[in-house]
Amino acid sequence: MRFSFTPEQEEFRSSLRRALEARSPTKEVRRLMATDQGFERDGWQKLNQELGLTAIHIPEAYGGGGFGQADLAIVLEEMGRGLLCAPFLSTVLAANAILNAGTEEQKSALLPAIASGEKTAALAFSEDDGRNDAEGVAMTATQSGAAWRLEGTKSFVLDGHTADLIVVLARRPGSQGEDGLSFFTVDGNSPGLERKRLKTMDETRKLARLTFNSVEARLLGEAGAAAAPFARTLQQAAVLLANEMVGGAERLREDALAYTKMRMQFGRSIASFQTTKNKAADMLVDVELAKSAAYYAAAALDEGDDDLPAIASLAKACAAEAYLQTAIHAVQMHGGIGFTWDNDTHLWFKRAKSSEILFGDANQHRELMMQHWKH
Amino acid sequence: MSQSTMSEPTESYVRAEVRSWLEANWNPEYGLVEWRTKLIESGWGAPHWPRQWYGRGLPVHFAAIVDEEFARIGAVGVAKAGIRTLAAATILDHGTDLHKEKFLRRILTGEDTWCQLFSEPGSGSDMAGAVTRADRRGNKWAINGQKVWTTSAHKAHWGLLLARANWDVPKHKGLAYFILDMKQPGVQVHPLKQMNGHASFNQVFFTDAMVEPEMMVCDVGDGWTVATTTLMHERRGADGLRSWAQASNRQGRIYEEEKAEIASTMEPYKWYPQRAGRVDLVMERTRATGKIKDPVIRQEIAKLLIMSKAAEWTARRARAAQEQGRPQGPEGSLGKLVSSHVARQAARVHTYITGADALLAGEDSPMGGVIAEILVSVPATSIAGGTDEIQRNIISERVLKMPKEPSVDTIKPFKDVPRNVAASS
Repeated sequence: MRFSFTPEQEEFRSSLRRALEARSPTKEVRRLMATDQGFERDGWQKLNQELGLTAIHIPEAYGGGGFGQADLAIVLEEMGRGLLCAPFLSTVLAANAILNAGTEEQKSALLPAIASGEKTAALAFSEDDGRNDAEGVAMTATQSGAAWRLEGTKSFVLDGHTADLIVVLARRPGSQGEDGLSFFTVDGNSPGLERKRLKTMDETRKLARLTFNSVEARLLGEAGAAAAPFARTLQQAAVLLANEMVGGAERLREDALAYTKMRMQFGRSIASFQTTKNKAADMLVDVELAKSAAYYAAAALDEGDDDLPAIASLAKACAAEAYLQTAIHAVQMHGGIGFTWDNDTHLWFKRAKSSEILFGDANQHRELMMQHWKH
Repeated sequence: MSQSTMSEPTESYVRAEVRSWLEANWNPEYGLVEWRTKLIESGWGAPHWPRQWYGRGLPVHFAAIVDEEFARIGAVGVAKAGIRTLAAATILDHGTDLHKEKFLRRILTGEDTWCQLFSEPGSGSDMAGAVTRADRRGNKWAINGQKVWTTSAHKAHWGLLLARANWDVPKHKGLAYFILDMKQPGVQVHPLKQMNGHASFNQVFFTDAMVEPEMMVCDVGDGWTVATTTLMHERRGADGLRSWAQASNRQGRIYEEEKAEIASTMEPYKWYPQRAGRVDLVMERTRATGKIKDPVIRQEIAKLLIMSKAAEWTARRARAAQEQGRPQGPEGSLGKLVSSHVARQAARVHTYITGADALLAGEDSPMGGVIAEILVSVPATSIAGGTDEIQRNIISERVLKMPKEPSVDTIKPFKDVPRNVAASS
């Protein structure tokens, strides 16, 4: 399963691609990215419910489809390709955190509304310094009776300004590193929670800064035991994002190739020049290698691979470099028109850039990969 | 075999057949040629070959099952290494019955060694630009010119030769394909020393070397088509051709003879693992040298491992598609180009790990010269068997369907095409 998809998966992918092409043409992407919300609730709910997208990886016991992370990865690849403006990645990451950390009771209470698409969700772990690890968590959670209160700031929260439910990572006052970390859930409209949308370079990806002033929160899972589920959630995030990236990279590559075939200069198509052909061949190599890494890692998520921490970082670093390089080549192959706002290339270029950085850049993931490399 | 020829036999049937034949016939005290002669007569030496030519007409995917049965009992197979396999494939596809009768048996027994006489000093990537001449002299062909990069030419009995027989037609149309007797006065072989000090290849000079007319494969003008068949088999079998044959450590006369054969066949390829960059040594070396703590080197190692793993998984994707009978996607055409990237990054990493010791060679350098050999052998990867530039053209034209550069050499008689001045010997 790490090297090929089943006929059912291929069929799912093509129907998804058709749906996204119909519902989310670039014109629609441009319209939605210019809105404050970044998506339209009705349109997204309709698409989500028709295709059961946020339900895919949620077990049937919690109202989901009972499929794996590898199936989820297919959805992300297609969304990366179509640049769909929807709070999908944010919601599935939050659902993963709930699956990784939550009790049976909490999963039963929280996941059905996510699976059905009734609620969107976000995962808040980074703070103002943008770190993606336990060390970077300064937000405190204090208990008074049965209630917990959160104090501090979360930033770079994917779709944090619109999410109905927010999964927050905080720590016991005075604790450090992986010690004392807990996950909490908070309603998006909780008193004391200030949500500010940040202006983003990649307008298709909305980020928010959330300020918690003694916000009442519900503990998710066991107090002080979030380090392991957080690490796993981050590995899943890296792999899912890698799959989203290869979808976008392939789209850019195909569009740039098609453009070179129709663009005439010096009396011939620029696709006939070896300098263009060499670049196109290199782009194919970059994208195919990154696809192999992303697919392999997605399968590893479901198969409980001991090497997952290394493989997840490998896939993220590989896809990040490939997507950005493809985007750079794609702008170059378009020439002047590729640098204009009206040409669509910059939409994916910016997505490549935001994906490169989100959840840790290639340098960080290469270092993580080396720390976990067993061979 | 009583099996009907109308339907494909089952795997278990083939396995049982080959197993019972081996159990009845295998004996490690045979001589190598003696055993192979027996094996060839049974058809189990080349089961996917036609029945009338030493095979059993089985679909090619049964070969793995047959190989497994040979391995299980430790039985030696037919001669497979080197250019002889390409010769066999080309002769099976295009040869006359005379060629098949004369050559196939001795290819399988390993009695004959072959070489491929395609590349020339003036035409490397542009192989169809060959200028070695074939002229009618009486009732024979006289060959004059020079070939290069010829593995095993000094041992070969026969050569697969591409030569120009007609200069008045465009270049691809004037070529002829010959089977040349290498053991004749008109053929001179000189070793070609490479930048890494090895001499794995030869230069071959022809001065009125003679070929019988019946040793031409197809007709004048078909040479390029036949050469394409040889090259296709070379590309398809590249892994097997150069994979490191391992001598068995079992006891018996035949194993001694096989060991000598392997040592001789593999001699030119002994630096090939180093050419690919020896990614397998990186973690061990970086731990041994303490460079594992250097954050910059860690980044470079990670880049190498990412590339190497992704390349491996890409090859597995291509194989999976093939095994499932699905059309291969673009992932199947990238391996050669990717291996160059991996080799180059591996050489870079080995240099970083090795530091000043990378200035040294031979016994003064780490691992008895292996590291030094990596550094000066890797440049071959992006040239041999189709340069990176040619690979990119193949990918862009065949996979991405991009147009060819306008051609200036295929539209006029070859004699009018500008070309390199013949290299002087």
